[in-house]
Amino acid sequence: MAKAHVKMTVNGREIEALAEPRTLLIHFLREQLELTGPHIGCETGHCGACTVDLDGRSVKSCNMFVAQADGANVTTIEGIQGEGGGMHVLQEMFREHHGLQCGYCTPGMITRAYRLLQETPDPTEEEVRFGLAGNLCRCTGYQNIVKAVLAAAAQMNASKEAAE
Amino acid sequence: MIPAKFEYHRPDTLSEAVALLAHHGDDARVIAGGQSLTPMMKLRLAAPGHLVDLQAIAELRARGSVAGFVKIGATCRQAELITDESISRLCPLLREAALQIADPQVRNMGTIGGNVANGDPGNDMPGLMQCLNAVFALQGPKGGREVAARDYYEAAYVTSAADDEILTLIKIPTPPIGHGWAYEKQKRKIGDYATAAAAVLLTKTNGVCDSASIAMTNLGETPLFAEEAGKLLVGSTLDEAALKAAAKAAVAITEPAEDGRGPVEFKRAVAEVMLLRALKRAAGRAQ
Ligand SMILES: Cc1cc2nc3c(=O)[nH]c(=O)nc-3n(C[C@H](O)[C@H](O)[C@H](O)COP(=O)(O)OP(=O)(O)OC[C@H]3O[C@@H](n4cnc5c(N)ncnc54)[C@H](O)[C@@H]3O)c2cc1C
Ligand code: FES
Ligand code: FES
Repeated sequence: MAKAHVKMTVNGREIEALAEPRTLLIHFLREQLELTGPHIGCETGHCGACTVDLDGRSVKSCNMFVAQADGANVTTIEGIQGEGGGMHVLQEMFREHHGLQCGYCTPGMITRAYRLLQETPDPTEEEVRFGLAGNLCRCTGYQNIVKAVLAAAAQMNASKEAAE
Repeated sequence: MIPAKFEYHRPDTLSEAVALLAHHGDDARVIAGGQSLTPMMKLRLAAPGHLVDLQAIAELRARGSVAGFVKIGATCRQAELITDESISRLCPLLREAALQIADPQVRNMGTIGGNVANGDPGNDMPGLMQCLNAVFALQGPKGGREVAARDYYEAAYVTSAADDEILTLIKIPTPPIGHGWAYEKQKRKIGDYATAAAAVLLTKTNGVCDSASIAMTNLGETPLFAEEAGKLLVGSTLDEAALKAAAKAAVAITEPAEDGRGPVEFKRAVAEVMLLRALKRAAGRAQ
């Protein structure tokens, strides 16, 4: 079966490639585009390590064919950064609050948290936990991840207010 | 986890999608959110040669409330259902249940149509649709027809829809103002299917129940509509004894299978707890 032409915007860059429709989006991103930020934890749609942003929604890229993403706008962890090009506030807060240990779940956690804070800019602790429920972490016990996301929300809201 | 090869189609209209299914017969399958089908394909439990993606068909996405019905297009995503204020006001049971399905990423892809069409007894929407007395509109090469949710499910993964029919729309009679509702689900963790779940919708006038609808999830090969249990409540004041009797009557029609979520007796016991909680909450909410 012929490879299909796929076009999408990935981290702000237009890309065109040939791929078999059955290729999972995560494999396409990692192997063809060499974007190895999004990880493969379970490959069964359970752990969230492969989370990417697709047309403004968090999705699990291991549970989606590349053909379904044809024409979409995709952001991976590689596309998440601070205003000046340095670390994003979320990334800084994960570092400061020790929101990671082995780091395997971190790209998915941050990519999901990035969207969560746009959906719910001032979340309660419960909202953070519910919003991150599709992302599993085997190391941290989640406490510090939740702290980091709440701290990032507070900082982002403070700088928004300062700008107004 | 690599699925078998397939040819991918993304039609823009329903008639093109129906024509593709008619043309490729058994070898074609529609994909909506892919949150149930893709895992099956990765395990090669499904290996369709043609995948017909519904995402570009605008007419399948429309939703709103018209003439006493809440109408929801098949490809409306579970996340969209949760954030739709107008639908949630008219029929809050939909949001309450949708929030208990899977996790945010899965709900961002998974559709209401895929959830009801899939036929997995673990899916939450089918029981909900039976409780709400929803009607499913189907479109096939020979035209359209409607099937009530209460008649739709025949066995696990077997529904009354033919292979070449697409579920296009879900029509829910708008529940009366002041109705009581609840969806109670026991699961081992977020993202898990129900060990047992119960949906309840009821109305009362001057403290007396005048209608009650009860359905259950994952307690048999199909969702279960507990018609007799609902009837027991009508005419009662929804007192503790009446709710307990209804819960018992509903449990009596369950046929759970033993699996990783527990043995049969355990599931029946959990079902009774879920039913009682749902009945109490719905009774408390009814005005
Ligand atoms: C980690 C995880 C956890 C989950 N937890 C739950 C849960 O707790 N409760 C729950 O209910 N579900 C759960 N699901 C399943 C999820 O809700 C699915 O989204 C849903 O079952 C199917 O919807 P879909 O749009 O993804 O359908 P798809 O996967 O695209 O399709 C499912 C089936 O329905 C058919 N189909 C789809 N749309 C139509 C249509 N319009 N007409 C005719 N046939 C159609 C397809 O051909 C296929 O056979 C979970 C999934 C995952 C990955
Ligand atoms: S790798 Fe995709 S959810 Fe685990
Ligand atoms: S930090 Fe190791 S899995 Fe989360």
